Amino acid sequence: MKTLVCLINCRLEIFAVHFDVDVAFCTRYRTVTFPTSRCCLDAWAMKLWAKPNVRFEYPKPPLHSSTTHHQNPWLPRAAAPRPTRLRHSLTAESTNATTFHGICYVVGDNIDTDQIIPAEYLTLVPSNPAEYEKLGSYALIGLPASYETRFIEPNEMKTKYSIVIGGDNFGCGSSREHAPVALGAAGVAAVVAESYARIFFRNSVATGEIYPLESEVRICEECKTGDVVTIELAESRLINHTTGKEYKLKPIGDAGPVIEAGGIFAYARKTGMIPSQSC
Amino acid sequence: MASSSSFIANKKDLGVSAFSSTSSPFSIPKCRKSISKKIVSVMAPQQSERKPATTGSVKIAMTMTEKILARASEKPQLSPGENVWVNVDTLMTHDVCGPGSIGIFKREFGDNAKVWDREKIVIIPDHYIFTTDERANRNVDILRDFCLEQNIKYFYDIKDLSNFKVNPDYKGVCHVALAQEGHCRPGEVLLGTDSHTCTAGAFGQFATGIGNTDAGFVLGTGKLLLKVPPTLRFVMDGEMPDYLLAKDLILQIIGEISVSGATYKSMEFVGTTVESLNMEERMTLCSMVVEAGGRMGLSLLIALLSSTLRIRHLCPMNQFIVISKQGFQMCFGLMIAILFSPSVYEIDRLRLLLYSLLVETTRREAVGFALVVIYVFLASRFLSEYRLDISKLEPLVAKPHSPDNRALARECKDVKIDRVYIGSCTGGKTEDFMAAAKVFLASGKKVKVPTFLVPATQKVWMDVYSLPVPGSGGKTCSQIFEEAGCDTPASPTCGACLGGPKDTYARMNEPMVCVSTTNRNFPGRMGHKEGQIYLASPYTAAASALTGYVTDPREFLQ
Repeated sequence: MKTLVCLINCRLEIFAVHFDVDVAFCTRYRTVTFPTSRCCLDAWAMKLWAKPNVRFEYPKPPLHSSTTHHQNPWLPRAAAPRPTRLRHSLTAESTNATTFHGICYVVGDNIDTDQIIPAEYLTLVPSNPAEYEKLGSYALIGLPASYETRFIEPNEMKTKYSIVIGGDNFGCGSSREHAPVALGAAGVAAVVAESYARIFFRNSVATGEIYPLESEVRICEECKTGDVVTIELAESRLINHTTGKEYKLKPIGDAGPVIEAGGIFAYARKTGMIPSQSC
Repeated sequence: MASSSSFIANKKDLGVSAFSSTSSPFSIPKCRKSISKKIVSVMAPQQSERKPATTGSVKIAMTMTEKILARASEKPQLSPGENVWVNVDTLMTHDVCGPGSIGIFKREFGDNAKVWDREKIVIIPDHYIFTTDERANRNVDILRDFCLEQNIKYFYDIKDLSNFKVNPDYKGVCHVALAQEGHCRPGEVLLGTDSHTCTAGAFGQFATGIGNTDAGFVLGTGKLLLKVPPTLRFVMDGEMPDYLLAKDLILQIIGEISVSGATYKSMEFVGTTVESLNMEERMTLCSMVVEAGGRMGLSLLIALLSSTLRIRHLCPMNQFIVISKQGFQMCFGLMIAILFSPSVYEIDRLRLLLYSLLVETTRREAVGFALVVIYVFLASRFLSEYRLDISKLEPLVAKPHSPDNRALARECKDVKIDRVYIGSCTGGKTEDFMAAAKVFLASGKKVKVPTFLVPATQKVWMDVYSLPVPGSGGKTCSQIFEEAGCDTPASPTCGACLGGPKDTYARMNEPMVCVSTTNRNFPGRMGHKEGQIYLASPYTAAASALTGYVTDPREFLQ
């Protein structure tokens, strides 16, 4: 497989990769297939991060069992629509994709995975779409009573807070991937914390569920739950519209190439570690 | 294996002096010069692309973490911060994260994809087993279907939930089961979908927790992109008092560096105190490394090395041989390092042990392994070093709601408790129950609060019922527990350590205060959000059960 990497001086300064062969990548049950002609990885990557409030309606396949189903619902379907020349649509989509805008929910230090998703809900399997949604409805339900505002209203499946602002050591505790998955399924687009626990950070990057950003200062002390914020990835900053303050965010670091590729699988396919999926 | 002819080096090529396999036993040379005459070098089969000078191990010493990753990623030299693709030797998963990982594996690699190696995957259902929760039981069925389909060799299945004893394959808590079944081998890379996978670092391997997506990736490829962590070194010296256990040591360390003090780092435990700990204690030490944010914990022990080699059930020999083949590759650096390093106390002891190892076993594989392990002590670079004097330490607890909220047990003696829980991978092994039994025996009284005992695995459960407690006149742990009024030891599982489905045994369904030998005490950990959990060693937990308050075990042990 020949890959040609070239820099495109678009106003967002993002790399584009040319693929010679079909590459299909499934993330969060969304199937994106590339034509053998040129494609724009950046726009595709941004599509992954853009979180419209409307979700695609995926078919709900039965839980995998070796005896029951005939057709694997997880494999990308040949009839899936292929995006043509994405570069034309780059300008239109990119403005949404490199920024996150919404109201924020502020938590403190050392929010561990048991508070993000208590262990009693771990019987839900994230790779099953129905249980994935259910998992989202329990996000941050383990927070102690000192948090007066609930993250998700009772009887709701999604949260109205698309950005979580945390303190030190966010996501400490277990390696359960249910934690970032629950946040992502609930509708969180990005988390801005002072620092992360390593397994949680790694899981966020690998799944692509939430975008983990690190702040330079303790934003959790200056913002309040319900503030309207905008995160601009290109400029690495967070703007709190309610207080009017701007904060600098740290660059993503080593995880950057993996996030840009779209998760560990896409990164592996990009670097040639695993063969690309064939439709 | 081949004869010892390959044991003899080509001296011309290496230009080093070496050990002789025929040297007389216990002839310990006194000066370096006499060493150089007698020893014959140990050498790996020459590999064309790895000349000694390019291995890098001759020039710059790497810590054990770096060496294991270097071997696993087939690179000669690694430094902290590098991201490398590592060959995984064992992947472990359980009933909570297994179905998710399997789902991702099938989604990414295809429905008919096969795992990378059916013998390197270990699937251990342990978290939510003895429950009527349908999804939990379904998750075990998902694991079973997958194992049948992929013909996974190591699947410790359970079918009859009413009686764990009739399930011959079922083991129990994954981390203790891995060790008992011989899956923890020094020098290897073990990844598990559970944060406490770092427990296996006690065996000198790189063991760390990963999520479902990473596990799905490993299932298909057998590799993972890992970042080499810098190493924090904890030197623990001093004689371990008889009222302290490894749990107190790790609580002290976590209290020192806080729950994020070791984030992205590997923690290495060395020192005379660590040398005096047995394997189960070291597993306890390493299991809470993740509570400090650590990547992995390592305890390497020369003194225990010789006994480890003899513990067959921990290290099945055929796999042992595989490791030490790799170990040979590091022997170049070792020889030079030993010979040209400054005369440090450790080095002389290492030489002593090396000779005694040669005496005890003529298997060159064993020596190769020893050399690998010894090498770590020599001039490797650490991020920082902490020195602890254990003889001055007192029994500790971690107060709610954080493992780093450390306090002396005697300072908390006014805290009334509602129950005591002894179990989990950190505090539910045979030695932990023996320790608790020792306290009950010393006191002779009954417990004042409900005391829940959950052995980690079937083997631990059998030990509790069969092994006599020293000093008791032949009584077993279970008899002592019964006399003290504790609950009957329950079915082996992770149990209430992490709460779980509402009908889990010993789960905290109302706010109450619990002293437990588990590993985390964040809000809601054992079930109820307002529950208060005091983490403690088995000694402290047993002492607290006897008084009904958080108690220092010295009240009973002295």
